[in-house]
Amino acid sequence: MASITLDQIRHAYNPNPVSDADYALREVDHEWVDGGAYALLGPSGCGKTTLLNIISGLLHPSHGRILFDGKDVTGLSTQARNIAQVFQFPVIYDTMTVYDNLAFPLRNRKVPEAEVDRRVREMLDIIDLADWSKRKARGLTADQKQKISLGRGLVRNDVNAILFDEPLTVIDPHMKWVLRSQLKRLHKKFGFTMVYVTHDQTEALTFADKVVVMFEGQIVQIGTPAELFEKPRHTFVGYFIGSPGMNIMPVRLEGSAVLLGQERLDLVAAASVNPADRLELGIRPEFIRLGQSGLPVTVTRVEDIGRRKIVRAELQGQPIAAVVNEDTEIPTDAHVSFDPAGLNLYANSWRVEERA
Amino acid sequence: MNKTYNNKAWFFVLPVLLLVAFSAAIPLMTVVNYSVQDTFGNNEFFWAGTDWFDEILHSDRFWDALGRNLFFSFIILAIEIPLGIFIALNMPKKGIGVPVCLVLMALPLLIPWNVVGTIWQVFGRVDIGLLGRTLASLGIDYNYVRDPLDAWITVIVMDVWHWTSLVVLLCYAGLVSIPDAYYQAAKIDGASRWAVFRYIQLPKMKRVLLIAVLLRFMDSFMIYTEPFVVTGGGPGNSTTFLSIDLVKMAVGQFDLGPAAAMSIVYFLIILLLSWVFYTVMTSSDAEEGGRDHG
Amino acid sequence: MLELRNVAKMVAGEYHIHPTNLAFERGSLNVLLGPTLSGKTSLMRLMAGLDQPTAGSVHFDGSDVTGVPVQKRNVAMVYQQFINYPLLTVYENIASPMRIAGQEKSVIDREVRKAAELLRLTPYLDRTPLHLSGGQQQRTALARALVKNASLVLMDEPLANLDYKLREELREELPKIFAQSGAIFVYATTEPSEALLLGGNTATLSEGRVTQFGPTTQVYRQPSDLTTAKTFADPPLNFMEVEKAGASFQHHGHVLPVPAHLLNVDDGPITIAFHPHHLGLAEQTTAAARLQARTQISEITGSESFVHLDFGGLKWVMLAPGIHDLEPDSSVDVFLDTRHLMAFGRDGRAIAAAA
Repeated sequence: MASITLDQIRHAYNPNPVSDADYALREVDHEWVDGGAYALLGPSGCGKTTLLNIISGLLHPSHGRILFDGKDVTGLSTQARNIAQVFQFPVIYDTMTVYDNLAFPLRNRKVPEAEVDRRVREMLDIIDLADWSKRKARGLTADQKQKISLGRGLVRNDVNAILFDEPLTVIDPHMKWVLRSQLKRLHKKFGFTMVYVTHDQTEALTFADKVVVMFEGQIVQIGTPAELFEKPRHTFVGYFIGSPGMNIMPVRLEGSAVLLGQERLDLVAAASVNPADRLELGIRPEFIRLGQSGLPVTVTRVEDIGRRKIVRAELQGQPIAAVVNEDTEIPTDAHVSFDPAGLNLYANSWRVEERA
Repeated sequence: MNKTYNNKAWFFVLPVLLLVAFSAAIPLMTVVNYSVQDTFGNNEFFWAGTDWFDEILHSDRFWDALGRNLFFSFIILAIEIPLGIFIALNMPKKGIGVPVCLVLMALPLLIPWNVVGTIWQVFGRVDIGLLGRTLASLGIDYNYVRDPLDAWITVIVMDVWHWTSLVVLLCYAGLVSIPDAYYQAAKIDGASRWAVFRYIQLPKMKRVLLIAVLLRFMDSFMIYTEPFVVTGGGPGNSTTFLSIDLVKMAVGQFDLGPAAAMSIVYFLIILLLSWVFYTVMTSSDAEEGGRDHG
Repeated sequence: MLELRNVAKMVAGEYHIHPTNLAFERGSLNVLLGPTLSGKTSLMRLMAGLDQPTAGSVHFDGSDVTGVPVQKRNVAMVYQQFINYPLLTVYENIASPMRIAGQEKSVIDREVRKAAELLRLTPYLDRTPLHLSGGQQQRTALARALVKNASLVLMDEPLANLDYKLREELREELPKIFAQSGAIFVYATTEPSEALLLGGNTATLSEGRVTQFGPTTQVYRQPSDLTTAKTFADPPLNFMEVEKAGASFQHHGHVLPVPAHLLNVDDGPITIAFHPHHLGLAEQTTAAARLQARTQISEITGSESFVHLDFGGLKWVMLAPGIHDLEPDSSVDVFLDTRHLMAFGRDGRAIAAAA
């Protein structure tokens, strides 16, 4: 396993990029630690797949270098990079048995057959397919096939990193849970470096130590799930993570406070703001309390989604969403109050950091 | 798999059924009729029973021609299938090369059989043909009119030239349907070129290959026009295939009864061999199992 | 009203759809919820008239339409794949069913613009589908289904190929659109959360059988049997086999108090089931039972934690608010909110509905 250094990587599919808009990937400059689990999260077209392909060696970046454990691999082919990859649709060798599928990467590397057998059997146990070893791989279900793809990567002990390209797309919801926690367990046990591309926030957040949120070819934030939830650096992160996403409301600056419609809110961050900036207040639905006191709102709709209720309301003419427990009664004369810990101020879409 | 049941659908098959009836079923019945009777024309028929079949099945002429047919088909399959796969594998997968290659490949298929025959007949002539003259000037003693081996080589090369592109196009269609992820996964698994072919490309081409083998077998087994134009079945009887023999017998000698019996035997052989090919190739498919529900 | 009366579909001697009775009201939104191959698509094809049932009959507004082919049924379908005419503009794509119906130009124009506005496609009316994002392509397909003014609109996992966030937005819009149109909407999905977000009614499917049909939240909270409960749970449901004796449940030496809504149940062996969010690390209600479990893996979403637990060999998932990265394989006290317990008999039938 290895650390991955992305050294000022830019990529354009167009051979003569002129403006920023020509770049599918604008500038990525990060170091990902050995043994970390990273998720690349973003909407389609945000550049996450481009970045993954650059790491796997399928794409050569227009600018910049990529290093594994400090060694420049920019010019190396996919084979030479020693990585494993699990694809969106299961890639298995139909005509081989489950056992032979797992043995394939080892036999290709001329590993002695006794060693192949030992490692394959061990892997069959790890991915819970020992009973299926003699079956032809094509008759298996989608989740079993994905486990084989993963196993083919893990069976080699020389891989630098394991890449996942939306691996749970074709898996039924119930199996997703099983596969995800199994993957997490394997990661805890073996500690390999993993990079996981997805547009599904639940997958990204539950899988990764660090989530890399991408938007329009840029990394807008790298953080732990908690950081992304509590302190989104950009309004896009606030919107994209969480369902429903963060409430973003335009506000005006007034001294050390901000005005939301007619309501005045004191904010520490307001002190560090340039008055010319476009200001917005961000608060997640989870940080809004519904009760008899606070700011008056008009409830427009209540969605019962099982374990929680989403309350859609209007506050000072702005739509706002709040999330409450399934047992909560919605008061007729509803008021909301904001948990100060959940308030974020945004200037030109970027979060205003409090001065220490 | 879900199917729609609607009896009206049969209505749409009707024209084809009629066409098949007139073009195949009725002529076939006529042939059956001829095969069990003796006639010299004039609409006078005498019952002959299985006599003609006896005669055909006991004649060396028939078995020799059949042997030539089988040998010819074997050679054709042994050359065209691997060659077709090889060319398909090396065709570009994207870019401007794709349409260029496809058009080049399709060209021989657009040329009518007798024209192909004529082209090669002229091409190979020692006196005026480009190929014949070139070979002669290189000191190679090549003459398809005189030497049976040269005649065979000419007919085979001609068929390979004419029909390999069919195999290429079919295989190419199978190959382009393989998602990139498979090649990428194979690279990551460190698979050799041969392993990629054996475990990814060949399994994906299997279905189209089955069709290619069947088509090429049936077609080569029924070969007629090209050798007829080029060699006329000679020298001697060396390129007299069943079909050529059949025409000689029916049109040349006007032996309608034996010719009819022979064509029925011929027909049954093709049917039988096609069935054998099909069962052998699909059974290996079935045994690998895998229920694909839709 | 669309009614399926004892409709069954057999293929090669196997039931693809077991005899099914269903009735959908006009203007209703009906979700078919079940895993892949549970029969959602087969059932929709029977409703549309694309397939004929082996037995039973399909009725529309009281009249039997069983043998009537799909072309004559005024049905619209939206598929998982984005299906549009690639060479026509968005405008022409949306207009196509009305052109086929031979409607007046002015009517077509009005309806197309209305549908485009509703699905926020107005800026793209002159583009062709190739120049649209996946979400816009699928909205075009939805708009086409809408203007057709079909009395039955069938949607087979229409959002499955879209980005998560887009899905969320369309899910919010769709019920509003449905409410305005007055047609019968049938929506197939594999995701329980999608069914809950859409609301309306839900029919749960399992192995070609409709296991329950009713208002979505009712099916979710009061499943009539174990299969339904399992189908309608994401994250997966937790189970425990217990022996009820008076006011306590017993399970291998553990004793749990029986909640009020289950006190009247007969004593004996039953299966109790509960959702992961009814298990917590803090005692939130007085009706909570304390249990000791072993931790396995914690998955953190940023605001909540999914903790995988082992309770005497049973695999459970707990969804606790806050961030809890618990050390694997350690002992932890968890609290079960017994007010929401579901109980099932040996035969899998629900015994008493959870409150």
